[in-house]
Amino acid sequence: MSKELLEGVAERLLAAAKRHGATAADVVVAESDALEVAVRLGGVEKLKQARQKHLGLRAFIGDRSAVTSSSDFSPEALEKLAADSCKLAAILAADPFSGLPETEDLATQIPELDLYDAGVAALSAEEAIDMARQGEQAALDADARITNSEGAECNASTARVLYASSGGFTGSYSSSGISLSVVPVASHNGAMQRDYWYSSQRHLADLENPAQIGKKAAQRALRRLDARQVRTCEVPVVFDPQMAAGLLHHLASAISGYALYKGTSFLVGKLGERIAPGFVTVVDDGTLPGRHGSKPFDGEGLATRRTMVIENGVLKSYLFDTYSARKLGSRSTGNASRSVGSSPHVSPTNFVLQAGSAAPEEIIGSVKAGLYVTELIGHGINGTTGDYSRGAVGLWIENGELAYPVEEITIAGNLLQMYAAIEMIGNDLDYRSSVIAPTVKIGKMTVAGN
Amino acid sequence: METREPVAFFLDRFGLSARNLEDTVSSAIARRADYADIYFELRTLQSLSLEDGIVKSAGQHVSQGAGVRVVAGDKTGYAHSDDVTIESLRIATRTAQAIAQHGGEPGSVAVRPAKLTHDLYHLKQSPSDVALDDKVELLNRIDVAARRQDSRIKNVLASVVAEHKIVVIASSAGFVVGDVQPLVRLNVTCIAEENGRREQGTYGGGGRVEYSYLLEDDRYLRFTRTAVEHALRNLHATEAPAGSMTVVLGPGWPGVLLHEAIGHGLEGDFNRKKVSAFSGLLGKQVASPLCTVVDDGTMANRRGSLNIDDEGTPTGRTVLIEKGILKGYLQDRLNARLMGMPLTGNGRRESFAHIPMPRMTNTFMLSGESTADEIIGSVDRGLYAAYFGGGQVDITNGKFVFSANEAYLIEGGKVTRPVKGATLIGNGPDVLTRISMVGNDLHLDEGIGTCGKDGQSVPVGVGLPTIRIDALTVGGTQAG
Repeated sequence: MSKELLEGVAERLLAAAKRHGATAADVVVAESDALEVAVRLGGVEKLKQARQKHLGLRAFIGDRSAVTSSSDFSPEALEKLAADSCKLAAILAADPFSGLPETEDLATQIPELDLYDAGVAALSAEEAIDMARQGEQAALDADARITNSEGAECNASTARVLYASSGGFTGSYSSSGISLSVVPVASHNGAMQRDYWYSSQRHLADLENPAQIGKKAAQRALRRLDARQVRTCEVPVVFDPQMAAGLLHHLASAISGYALYKGTSFLVGKLGERIAPGFVTVVDDGTLPGRHGSKPFDGEGLATRRTMVIENGVLKSYLFDTYSARKLGSRSTGNASRSVGSSPHVSPTNFVLQAGSAAPEEIIGSVKAGLYVTELIGHGINGTTGDYSRGAVGLWIENGELAYPVEEITIAGNLLQMYAAIEMIGNDLDYRSSVIAPTVKIGKMTVAGN
Repeated sequence: METREPVAFFLDRFGLSARNLEDTVSSAIARRADYADIYFELRTLQSLSLEDGIVKSAGQHVSQGAGVRVVAGDKTGYAHSDDVTIESLRIATRTAQAIAQHGGEPGSVAVRPAKLTHDLYHLKQSPSDVALDDKVELLNRIDVAARRQDSRIKNVLASVVAEHKIVVIASSAGFVVGDVQPLVRLNVTCIAEENGRREQGTYGGGGRVEYSYLLEDDRYLRFTRTAVEHALRNLHATEAPAGSMTVVLGPGWPGVLLHEAIGHGLEGDFNRKKVSAFSGLLGKQVASPLCTVVDDGTMANRRGSLNIDDEGTPTGRTVLIEKGILKGYLQDRLNARLMGMPLTGNGRRESFAHIPMPRMTNTFMLSGESTADEIIGSVDRGLYAAYFGGGQVDITNGKFVFSANEAYLIEGGKVTRPVKGATLIGNGPDVLTRISMVGNDLHLDEGIGTCGKDGQSVPVGVGLPTIRIDALTVGGTQAG
């Protein structure tokens, strides 16, 4: 649908909500086109194509609100959606903190952030299959011990999102995404190991070369062969950039206004306190051109911005949308995120641990005996207390060198203590997703093994 | 809510005829394809939630659409649309067909109505149709009960979510069949605070049941009480141990162990591709002779149950492990055909926007002979894990984890003090060989499980009697 058609649907829905008694309302309309291909052992395994659309309405009756959503855009469906939304809202308890943002807080201009690549939209199934084939082939060719494959996938998608509210905001933007992943299986002495590598970008030209992705995936699988357990011990743990990004995800969850007012965050009451060493700086920035987490306005029509989250180790800001900010007597930081079928919640935009000066080799070189983590599994994070315990895979460090692969171990600690124990930050920052970090060394954690 | 027969319901809703279905399936399989189907879905999801003492949010979400799938060899073509018309089905068919070579025999497939062989969740009223006021009142009662139980409870988060799903599958195997699938879940989380320490406890349950199930025998109050107890117990939990030790799993939800350690590894797709740690082990000893594990999609009213899977195959009861010997895999159509194995009714998908794959339903271990007291009494020093969060597995090397949310030390054959949550890690193909005692107390979980695979979530169930595992690595912080 064109921008004008989407706007027309949103206008009709806002008008219908008003007719059914809504005192205020907002609408999200999203449509997307997606192509997914998978190749395995050289043959096409999957070809999937789809166009989807969905819209959501949040209707307020005074300070009560409910959300309804549907994929049916027919006039009758819109009318029913508005009626249902108002009916649902009416049965709820009054909540004095609810409501649309103040009009003066709404974004007044919509910046062009280079989020859309027509080349991604134009990518054909044949081209996607070809990229996936090249990626997988490079992995299969890398070493005789790459004996099998879970395949390679190439996904391309484009989307248009429109947000409109009775508070006087209407905005829309287009975005695109292209990704390529390769998952080879290595085997040796009768045991198999799988690993992967991927690249994901908004622009086709920025995608890592398919053969490079395949080669890297193969190297990652190969270095896991003949992995063993280690004895239970307390040692320094070095997180590779992908795993370090996980530590940042936990931080983002803990500074969300919702976790804070519900009391389910280990960072309640820590604003203004030092929670990490002085060389630790974390920034949330939704305005970076072309990045995964960028958007011209947030899920309530506020301008996105750059927020200093941790500055020189001190926790400077939480992240809020309008509701969670009002609950805590604060102001939105432009971090409202809105999926079609839900009320706003808080998400980081581009959430980045600023690079340090050490090369990753230097960081590994600083460890006499410890763990280099390359994969974590399980959900062993308690957001309320910060207690952390996860299954880990990686390489054991001996005298500053990666010595041998390890598996079937766990690493455990508490996030507050882990952030405070950051000893080094790498210079290897790569904008491969919206939450990113360089290599990070944590002084001491418990590694459980045999 | 719609009570008509699903096939008639969709044909009417989208202005299609039975002939249109036959024509679409026939044209989908016209090239050199092995199989084709169309999947229609209408899903309504209604949710109400409480926090800070008030029911303050509500949602109602409707999604509908159809997906056309064409399978040729090990290739799958898939296209879906949320606009369902003859024209959109034609376009989807053309797209899905692209994976099959030209030159097949154009013909026509007769698609005849099939009857359901199970009727596992025939309800008087779908939970999504129950008056909203009743649900608001239930949530309010939960809030009052939790706070009344203990003054250290500072906040209560509770939600009731009801789903109503109507599906129809028209298949080139010559049938069209539909199902109406209700589902409800109640969730209670309590936040407790004492001396500046904050902890939470969560409990809940549900299934493909009448809404009144939540009220029977004050079930909702039992869920609430359990969530409160979890939160309070956590206030006094000490650091969990680290290292390899004897672990006793309590009955019920700790069956997550089976789901992660062996269930995924026995799904047909991974075994056909020989990327599972269980590949080639059929007929081999993979567990102690005390262990018999089944996957059963035919249990009345359970969250993981279905009358038919999402390819229209009646669900079944599949013995995965019998007295320690690996007996079977879980299959969808594509993998069963390529492996020359029988269909098991495990072809599931999250929605019309997803391609089916082999998935579990309700996975559990049958009861053994020991009592829970005998099992705990046999352990001099170890961990008793009573309740879990989620888990995860690496299919290829067999390593799996699951997170104990409620755990205690066992000292001198007795359960003693509570310890903090910790991840347990083991190796799928050998963890069940270390099971030395199996209890006589099989329980199924309360109806809260959701399984994720390749980006698709589906509701599942698990179950377990009390079991003793002689050695498992516990990922606490207290080394030595």
